[in-house]
Amino acid sequence: MTRNLICINCPMGCELTVEFDGGKVISVSGNTCKRGEIYAESEISNPTRTITTTVISVEGRPVPVKTAQPVPKGMIAECTAAIKAAEVHLPVKVGQVIIDDLLGTGSQVTVTKSVQ
Amino acid sequence: MREFDIVIVGGGPAGMAAAVSAREQGMENIVIFERDNELGGILNQCIHNGFGLHTFKEELTGPEYAERYAEKVRDMNIPYETETMVLDISKERVVTILSRNRGVEEIRAKAVILAMGCRERPRGALNIPGFRPQGVYTAGTAQKLVNCEGYVPGKEVVILGSGDIGLIMARRMTLEGAHVAAVAELMPYSSGLKRNIVQCLDDFGIPLLLSHTVVDIKGKEKLEGVVIAEVDSTNTTIAGTEQFYPCDTLLLSCGLIPENELSKNCGVGIDPRTNGPIVDEGLETDIDGVFACGNVLHVHDLVDFVSEEAARAGESAAAFVKRGCAPDSTSAIKIVPKNGVRYTVPAEIHTADLLGDVHIRFRVTGVYKDCSIVIKAGDDELVRRKSRILVPSEMLDIIIKKEKLESVSCDITVEIEEV
Repeated sequence: MTRNLICINCPMGCELTVEFDGGKVISVSGNTCKRGEIYAESEISNPTRTITTTVISVEGRPVPVKTAQPVPKGMIAECTAAIKAAEVHLPVKVGQVIIDDLLGTGSQVTVTKSVQ
Repeated sequence: MREFDIVIVGGGPAGMAAAVSAREQGMENIVIFERDNELGGILNQCIHNGFGLHTFKEELTGPEYAERYAEKVRDMNIPYETETMVLDISKERVVTILSRNRGVEEIRAKAVILAMGCRERPRGALNIPGFRPQGVYTAGTAQKLVNCEGYVPGKEVVILGSGDIGLIMARRMTLEGAHVAAVAELMPYSSGLKRNIVQCLDDFGIPLLLSHTVVDIKGKEKLEGVVIAEVDSTNTTIAGTEQFYPCDTLLLSCGLIPENELSKNCGVGIDPRTNGPIVDEGLETDIDGVFACGNVLHVHDLVDFVSEEAARAGESAAAFVKRGCAPDSTSAIKIVPKNGVRYTVPAEIHTADLLGDVHIRFRVTGVYKDCSIVIKAGDDELVRRKSRILVPSEMLDIIIKKEKLESVSCDITVEIEEV
């Protein structure tokens, strides 16, 4: 089987053609760098995304956060809900961990902006 | 009257990078004026990731990228004054500022770097018929409300325009529990980056309606819905294609305009194609000692490009101050955009005063596949670069070696050659 993908690693947005059998990639073409190949591989076998959102602190101010590692694409909704439910007290600093292992994905959730 | 070697107007990514670069060039007496209460500019509300791949070789969110530069500014003890509005810049480089602490103050600058950024095109500039109900926002305003104020403006959303901020907000509103019914784009292609179409629309099953636009806004006090219709190749509505979308929120992502009120009042010449100042290779405007960089110069799609460009403005401004504020020694040669090229920054080059290699940044007028970018001085080919695809939404950057330019005396052309 083949599938056309747009590589999202950088704004080049290379148009990839992936030939695969089940979850196994046979060939990738259209990429201009190695990252395109890695992206195609992961989009076919286990697509992942970095989630960025905000958590409203106990004090009422939004705190921007991200998943330190990408999480499975199919878990975006439940991961976002779990992040939203976290309890955060101000002040926070960039890099501060607010969830250590997000729903068993192995990804931490960290603060992306210091808020007083 | 306070006196500075370099005054930087704006503490966003351009202003911070310009300041850092000027300081690296040995400029001690510099200052950044920022109207907000913190450094970072628009990056503070861009909480999504994708920033910094070129500059830091890692993927950061907007606030993290801003923090890296703000830290540099603080580490280098570069003075910055927040909640300070620049009101006026004169040709003689007297800068009038307004702040709570000092009131109105006039300042003398040897050089000024314009780094005010850009603004979104508002509804008033779009000519959409209908009432003016509550519920219509620019995408960036909604972004600020959601990410900085913690307030989600609505539950059922339609987005007009597929600019990057609109695409980012389609995902953001979805993650905040809203339903985004559609993104309508007047053009037959999106003006946003491909990665954003994949990650912000496709991932969430949000339809992108190309060659569609909003033709009516319904609701008197509060927005009740919009009518979306298909357009033909002349952007005229095709009768019978109108469809009503009930919604309480309409977000507009219909382009960004460099914010040049200060530049215009100063007498800086503006390029009607970019809506930004006409600059030379050192990013100096046609007013001696006034430089411009970042989105006030031309709208960028990557902050990494802004930082790099701003660093060159900082370097040029430092060179201007070091040489005693003397103007360029010779007249400039023009860079003329030709077939397929909408504009170039810079628009002219002083070949006798080159500090180094020259970056030519430009956008193409349409989608070009399997083509070459060709830069010529008369019949002499300076640069030829092959490309698989060029799109208007991605700014291009070509570097011409200093040695190649020093002997050039005629105008330079930049064009796309199709195979």
